Amino acid sequence: MKRVNRNYKVRNFHQAKWDEPIIFELSKRGERGVLVPQAEDEIVDLVGDGVSKIPASMVRKEAPKLPEISQPRVLRHYMRLSQMTLGADVNIEIGQGTCTVKYSPKVNEQLARMPEMTELHPLQHESTVQGILEIMYKTDLYMREISGMDRFTFQPSGGSQAIMTMASVVRAYHKANREADKRDEIITTIYSHPSDAAAPALMGYKIIYIHPDKDGYPDFEAFKAAVSEKTAAFIVANPEDTGVYNKRIKEFTDLVHEKGGLCCYDQANANGLLGVTRAKEAGFDMCFFNLHKTFSTPHGCGGPATGAMGVIKELEKFLPAPLIDFDGENYFLNYEIANSPYAVGKVRLFNGVAPVVLKAYAWIMSLGAQGLYEVAKVAVLNNNYLFKKLMAIDCVDAPYTRGKQRVEQVRYTLEKLTKDTGIKTEDIQRRMMDFGMHYWTSHHPYYVPEPATLEPTETPSKEDIDEYIATLEHIFKEAYENPEIIKTAPHNSVCHRVDESGMDDPKQWAITWRSYLKKSTT
Amino acid sequence: MKKLGLIVNPIAGMGGRVGLKGTDYVLEKARALGALPQAPNRTVMTLKELNKIKDQIEIVTCSGDMGENEAKKCGFKTRVVFASPNRDTTKQDTFDAAKKMLEENVELLLFAGGDGTAIDIYNAIGEHLTVVGIPAGVKIHSAVYASSPKKAGELTLLYLQDSVPKIKEVEVMDIDEEAFRRGSVKTRLYGYLKIPYEKRFLQGKKSGSVMSDQASQELIAFDIVDNMKEDIYYIIGPGSTTRPIMKLLDLPYTLLGVDLIHNKKLIKNDLSEKELLEEIGRKSCKMIITPIGGQGYLFGRGNQQISPDVIRKVGKENIIVVATKQKIQSLYGRPFLVDTGDVELDKQLNGYIRVTIGYKEQMMYKIES
Repeated sequence: MKRVNRNYKVRNFHQAKWDEPIIFELSKRGERGVLVPQAEDEIVDLVGDGVSKIPASMVRKEAPKLPEISQPRVLRHYMRLSQMTLGADVNIEIGQGTCTVKYSPKVNEQLARMPEMTELHPLQHESTVQGILEIMYKTDLYMREISGMDRFTFQPSGGSQAIMTMASVVRAYHKANREADKRDEIITTIYSHPSDAAAPALMGYKIIYIHPDKDGYPDFEAFKAAVSEKTAAFIVANPEDTGVYNKRIKEFTDLVHEKGGLCCYDQANANGLLGVTRAKEAGFDMCFFNLHKTFSTPHGCGGPATGAMGVIKELEKFLPAPLIDFDGENYFLNYEIANSPYAVGKVRLFNGVAPVVLKAYAWIMSLGAQGLYEVAKVAVLNNNYLFKKLMAIDCVDAPYTRGKQRVEQVRYTLEKLTKDTGIKTEDIQRRMMDFGMHYWTSHHPYYVPEPATLEPTETPSKEDIDEYIATLEHIFKEAYENPEIIKTAPHNSVCHRVDESGMDDPKQWAITWRSYLKKSTT
Repeated sequence: MKKLGLIVNPIAGMGGRVGLKGTDYVLEKARALGALPQAPNRTVMTLKELNKIKDQIEIVTCSGDMGENEAKKCGFKTRVVFASPNRDTTKQDTFDAAKKMLEENVELLLFAGGDGTAIDIYNAIGEHLTVVGIPAGVKIHSAVYASSPKKAGELTLLYLQDSVPKIKEVEVMDIDEEAFRRGSVKTRLYGYLKIPYEKRFLQGKKSGSVMSDQASQELIAFDIVDNMKEDIYYIIGPGSTTRPIMKLLDLPYTLLGVDLIHNKKLIKNDLSEKELLEEIGRKSCKMIITPIGGQGYLFGRGNQQISPDVIRKVGKENIIVVATKQKIQSLYGRPFLVDTGDVELDKQLNGYIRVTIGYKEQMMYKIES
């Protein structure tokens, strides 16, 4: 018998409201934060003034119109802004859905902020950056062990760029085999991350989606009908966004290989897999990890990201140069593969986001192999605890593989709640903000009706998860008793309900201050 | 002052409670069985949602139970522009009233009824007015109706407050009631009405706004046109998803009919089964069709001109199915259906088919008979 628990405790939360102008509006002519010293004569004599060598066509006619503002005002401005957001450090991060958001140990942040890191410059001579090269090299070795791949690059600055790099390797591989013209199709599934389709589509590939069967696994019969001599690659997430793990994955990869295609594994979210399964054994030729998710550095949007992308031996020669190598004495940037006619060009100007790689390295080192496995176990346990508790609530359900466990996340449906009360999942999303919590629905279009995608990770304690559930239960109860309070939420945020109509209207878009001024005054 | 049109079909829905599966042609029988009007009460439920902006609205409507009574009951400023000459209102009344609304140029036409009412409204106004349907009939196959009277009110309120920026065209469908009473379901596509598109999919944290149906359909059209081969005849099936293909080629089209093109030139609009068979003869031919939203019928609903003979001639491998992601999503995983009237052919059509869902985007989808 399902029941609603009414003995929950819901935390009081309110965002600070500062009515803070944007930084351009704070600008005051002549006010300064830092006075940049003139270059000393000795330096100018040695390397020049640093400006006169810039071609005239590239020199600004006038100084950039940056805000002019003092240091304390800058500090105050950003401190205030930070108080007006739902920060990861002040709330329980369960509701970011397909984005793993786990606690990043502060000691790792401190490491990344050491002057030895912050003062690095990508154009420094190799001999002066041996430390970070060693860390990247060793992180590569760990990634190999975790995935079974033979070589990693840290060049992609995020997950989608790593997918793009995988698709580039696919194209390079077929080009080398003189099959690039023939193979123009990439197969993926509707519950894989949308970037798995979007990135190769941007490169001109035709995208074929596979629907799930009634149990939520990618429909193998549909897959068989899709794979052909035209298949360039299969790009897939496993588990998919529903949290269902495709146990037949090897049959999928085998079929693609039979037809001459490659298999790419989206492991952006590998939190439930560390030390349990590997891309290689599942038959994949490539994979990537989001270091900023699984390996505990802040989430991409909240900080710099890195999509660590790995390939099997046969595909190494297609990776973007440089790779980092070790000759027994020194670490060095290896540009050898850049000479190959088929090599994928650089996907990013410089190699990797060094602080992110360092934090991931530190995290792996602090946990060790057993620790990583423990992370996976706790993440799966936390998820299934949450799953079981939520499924006991009358208005919550989750499609597919009923009665079975999920991996590290679940896509729930609140269809019943919507039918009973008219409250939609987006309404719940806004009301959750009133309690300082994140809650994410799903990518569009909603294949699961009124979806909610939750992923606890290994970070939260049982008490944290209980608090999250209690908050949800409180809101479900409101939906039945006082739906108006949900429909008009958020109440405790700086902005209440945002008018989103402008999002669809090019006449209102403004992605720069200048364009805002232009569009708002005409 | 905003002009809101209101037409109530007072007899809609009367056949349902008494088990007649509709009210067409059986009103007297329904009354004899004790049926009571449903539509007026439902209309009142809808109008209550507009209380907030009562002072800003003038309701332009028809006499008596066709709208006047309901509007006045809820205290709206009401102006009657049509009076039915009949004691029991008829299809013609709905049609004439809707024509009046067109003349009045109302901002939105709210109407209560069932599938039959929607067809009458469609016949009168086509795509010239934006409408919201209050569900009051026995059969609600048409997507023009809100999911409940209350929802119809909420949607109208949003629209009148200029909070619904998009308009969507949806199918006006009905089943043959006579056949339905005999136990067989035959639906027919009559046309498309414009409804406000409630932005159900508000912007989530990590995803852009949903592409409009129209933009998705245009992408599909670009894909189809870019891949059209020379010297192949293309049969273009009915529907709003296939229409942008003809628009892109700058060719005249029939929304509900089947058109034929060759080398990007029109051969003929609105062909019958016989004409299709004559025109395609032994020529190489492809056929572009779209499933019916929400139901998933590929053949046998709304495109009966494409008969079993035509399908056989074209061949399964030459069928190109187009549908937007939203349309596929509206099936919630249910397969496409085929009901060509030829059981053998239906069986042959079963299996998986590639559906073009965008530019260079396809989805494998299952067909079942």
